[in-house]
Amino acid sequence: MQRGSAKGASQSRTNWADVLRAWLLHHRSSASDSLRRLIANRISSLMTWLVIGIALAMPVGMGVALDNLRNVGSSLDNPAQLSLFLRPELSTEAAEQVMQSLENRVDISSARLVSREAALEEFQQLSGFGDVLQNLDDNPLPNLIIVTPSVTRLDAEQAEVLRNALQELPAVDRAVLDMAWVQRLNALMLLSQRMVMAMGLLLALGVLLVIGNTIRLAIENRRDEIIIVKLVGGSDAFVRRPFLYTGVWYGLGGAAVAWLVISTTLWWLERPLAALALVYQSGFRVEGLGFAGGLQLLLLGAVLGLLGAWMTVGRHLSAIQPR
Amino acid sequence: MITFDRVSKRYPEGHEALSEVSFTIDSDELVFLTGHSGAGKSTLLKLIMLMERPSRGQVLVNGQNLKSMPASRIPQLRRDIGVVFQNHQLLFDRSIYDNVALPLEIAGYQRREVGRRVRAALDKVGLLAREKDIPITLSGGEQQRVGIARAVVNKPRIILADEPTGNLDPALSAEIMQLFEQFNQVGVTVLIASHDLSLISRMQHRIMTLREGRMITGASDV
Repeated sequence: MQRGSAKGASQSRTNWADVLRAWLLHHRSSASDSLRRLIANRISSLMTWLVIGIALAMPVGMGVALDNLRNVGSSLDNPAQLSLFLRPELSTEAAEQVMQSLENRVDISSARLVSREAALEEFQQLSGFGDVLQNLDDNPLPNLIIVTPSVTRLDAEQAEVLRNALQELPAVDRAVLDMAWVQRLNALMLLSQRMVMAMGLLLALGVLLVIGNTIRLAIENRRDEIIIVKLVGGSDAFVRRPFLYTGVWYGLGGAAVAWLVISTTLWWLERPLAALALVYQSGFRVEGLGFAGGLQLLLLGAVLGLLGAWMTVGRHLSAIQPR
Repeated sequence: MITFDRVSKRYPEGHEALSEVSFTIDSDELVFLTGHSGAGKSTLLKLIMLMERPSRGQVLVNGQNLKSMPASRIPQLRRDIGVVFQNHQLLFDRSIYDNVALPLEIAGYQRREVGRRVRAALDKVGLLAREKDIPITLSGGEQQRVGIARAVVNKPRIILADEPTGNLDPALSAEIMQLFEQFNQVGVTVLIASHDLSLISRMQHRIMTLREGRMITGASDV
């Protein structure tokens, strides 16, 4: 503050501690005042909260679903198995020895022999070609050893290294990696993740617009007050502050609604999903948003609210000037 | 305290509201500004508040040249000027107390200090008993006094009033003018725009007259 003379000393003197105190005071009163206004307009605020909540719940909820799906992918036993088709001339006894030696390897946790006889029997039962097969002189099927690697989550490269090593064994005719479905799942997950992200961006934009428009109406409703505040020396920041807090409250409330929607939906789906998991003999359990995730959601809502308010306030407040 | 140096204001649509207006008001003065409606009284007041900027010439308020004042400093300027409007410009959604407290809230006073100053201002205009009422329950003259209390609560060095007695009967108008005189007596610079010549000519103060944007009398207090 500049004063040419000491004459006005009894007037609005300012030092930095006072400025800071006034600033904090106004933040507090803006925050509580804007919240009180929202609560006073219960119905319209609730509508806005619901709209924001639903818009946030969709992408976040789908993100949670994807995370769970990824857990399914990894919790299914033996995501990567190798099938070793042994040379046809090898006898079942020899195949058993091969299996024994495989089980002793450190990079293999278990090996299971499907003998050519057992395979033929199964094939006869399942294929419907039983009669035809019985007429064969010779069993055309080779002995098969199914190998589970000791590393539970193999990446494609490690699996390939193991496959090549096993392919080199003299008894092995062909080593086949059963990873195609894992790769397919991963590709699908990547695609869905991108789609959820794109949807999330669009809906976040929607939230910004909803909050912006709501704030615009609030500004219009308080036009007279804004003009008077500017006339008696309110700075732009002073005028802006309550509206920014309004945006934050809308965002926070919307995020809380989204949290509630997601938690309720998961609670509702938990039992049928558990039943489904039981059928697949999987230890799968639904993972919710969690406390940290919920807090992140609230933070996201608050930031979106602040941003939406900021965009609108900047544009509309400068247009309101005392005339 | 307030100096105009060959100030002209031309609005974008081409109408020249003020032409080559020059005058000085000293810090202990009470000055009336008169003229027909459309003579430029309101424009002149708006230039002092920086609600408008002059097309040509310079305006000095409180020793500061407004020409070089950036928009960010305007709030600070306005905190030193109390304004009273013909239509009061009160907020009808809050109490009289809260209306008067607004400038102090903006300036960041502590609650206790706000209370002390608001009550002093309301006492000054004789409305202390009505502090909890809302403005709609007051008469026109009372509403105007609330407007005055709000204008003086921050102890500004300058008070501007635009037709403060516009809608009031002669007795109430005289009362309002007396209030302004009292503020002037404690050292506040007062500039009152009014077309109520019969009232202001009875008071012993300088009268500046505008006609079609030109200052025709009262530019200096000699």
